[in-house]
Amino acid sequence: MYEHHDITFTLNGKPVSATVEARLHMADFLRHTLRLTGTHVGCEHGFCGACNVMIDGRSARSCLTLAVQADGANVETIEGLTERNAIAELQREFVARNALQCGYCTPGMLVTAAELLARGKPTRAHIREALSGNYCRCTGYQAIVDAIEAVAARQPDAKP
Amino acid sequence: MKAHVFLYRRPCDIDEAVALLGDNAGDAQVLAGGQSLMPTLNMRLSSPGMLIDINRIGALAGIADRGAAIRIGALVRHADVLESDLVAKRLPLLALAIPHVAHMAVRNRGTCCGSLALADPSAEMPAVAVALNADIVLQKRGVTRTVAARNFFLGLYQTARTDDELIEEVLFPAAKPDEVFGFSELSRRHGDFATVGVAVRARKTPRGIGHFEIVFFGSEPTPLLSPSAAKLTLDTGVVEAAVAEMAHDIAKDMKPTDSHQGRGDTKRKQAAVLLTRVLKNMIVRAAHV
Repeated sequence: MYEHHDITFTLNGKPVSATVEARLHMADFLRHTLRLTGTHVGCEHGFCGACNVMIDGRSARSCLTLAVQADGANVETIEGLTERNAIAELQREFVARNALQCGYCTPGMLVTAAELLARGKPTRAHIREALSGNYCRCTGYQAIVDAIEAVAARQPDAKP
Repeated sequence: MKAHVFLYRRPCDIDEAVALLGDNAGDAQVLAGGQSLMPTLNMRLSSPGMLIDINRIGALAGIADRGAAIRIGALVRHADVLESDLVAKRLPLLALAIPHVAHMAVRNRGTCCGSLALADPSAEMPAVAVALNADIVLQKRGVTRTVAARNFFLGLYQTARTDDELIEEVLFPAAKPDEVFGFSELSRRHGDFATVGVAVRARKTPRGIGHFEIVFFGSEPTPLLSPSAAKLTLDTGVVEAAVAEMAHDIAKDMKPTDSHQGRGDTKRKQAAVLLTRVLKNMIVRAAHV
């Protein structure tokens, strides 16, 4: 039996109402229903990190979260983070350092980096640890770590 | 792949949740963080008829000081544990273990109690719970019971929880002033499942440390509390070779299984090396505290 639920939530700063199938996960809901294809689906079981989005200000795997669980939440995708210039510096450094090749992992990388930087000024070791949940099969990670470190270097030393 | 169809229910209190669990026992799964449940659904390794989402039940949230124990509710995320001052101060073993749990995005949603309920052999929370012999509080319709962690893990992904029971909270005994702790694990990548790991509680003695409670995990179907470690002691200033010899003897308690991560006897050697490092570190810390 296909069961549906009505949900209302905030997506990239705007209210959204939808009817979703119970079993639909958030990544498919974002991509197929709402046509926000910036969120990528890699492994669909939580390992690769390509589907990371922000839920209530913290990064989460959208493939491991049901669309129905978005009800009442504040969800932000790579599109929303980009539009409000929340990750403009990161994006500039990624481009400047060729921190992407095929770009498939990049939205997830940026969400992880955004959360890490929001928590304070990370060391290179912290950056590597945070990125351990995001797979990149092109770059070998060095340029990605460099890009995030470059943004971190411009942050004030004091933790928030 | 995509999950099979299921019904989704989001109860507002514990009574409603356990009523749903009781009415659908065996066919319902509790959804807390979902970081292990959702992959099994997506891969169709399991297809429950109903998911009971407990995320709106306020009574299940929160880390609390209960005096001799620290309470971790069913909705406490790994990230909450990692950031908790109470855990850092009163549960040093949990504080040592938690950075090894998964990755940031998974820690933001995955829960401590969910990890206990799943009983993955390479997970850190069951090992810590067994080392400290935490109390796991289970509730079903009208009945609450407490099971000691050392009686909770029965086999590979098997626990004493029955299908109609919800883990409400876990109570970890707070550290006593004379206790010292150690934790380490071996994994291919930070945050990955451990090939083998050790969690240790010990007490200071006039000459060093003793009263060891040593748990091996990752290599066995359930966390293994070493029976031979309890009687052993280590003196301050003991030479490294003696620590290593003791660790290798203790590791003989293990019955590690062969897997794609290595042969059983390899894991036993790895565990002995990890334990040597952990014990050396604990002796040094015991002498300075």
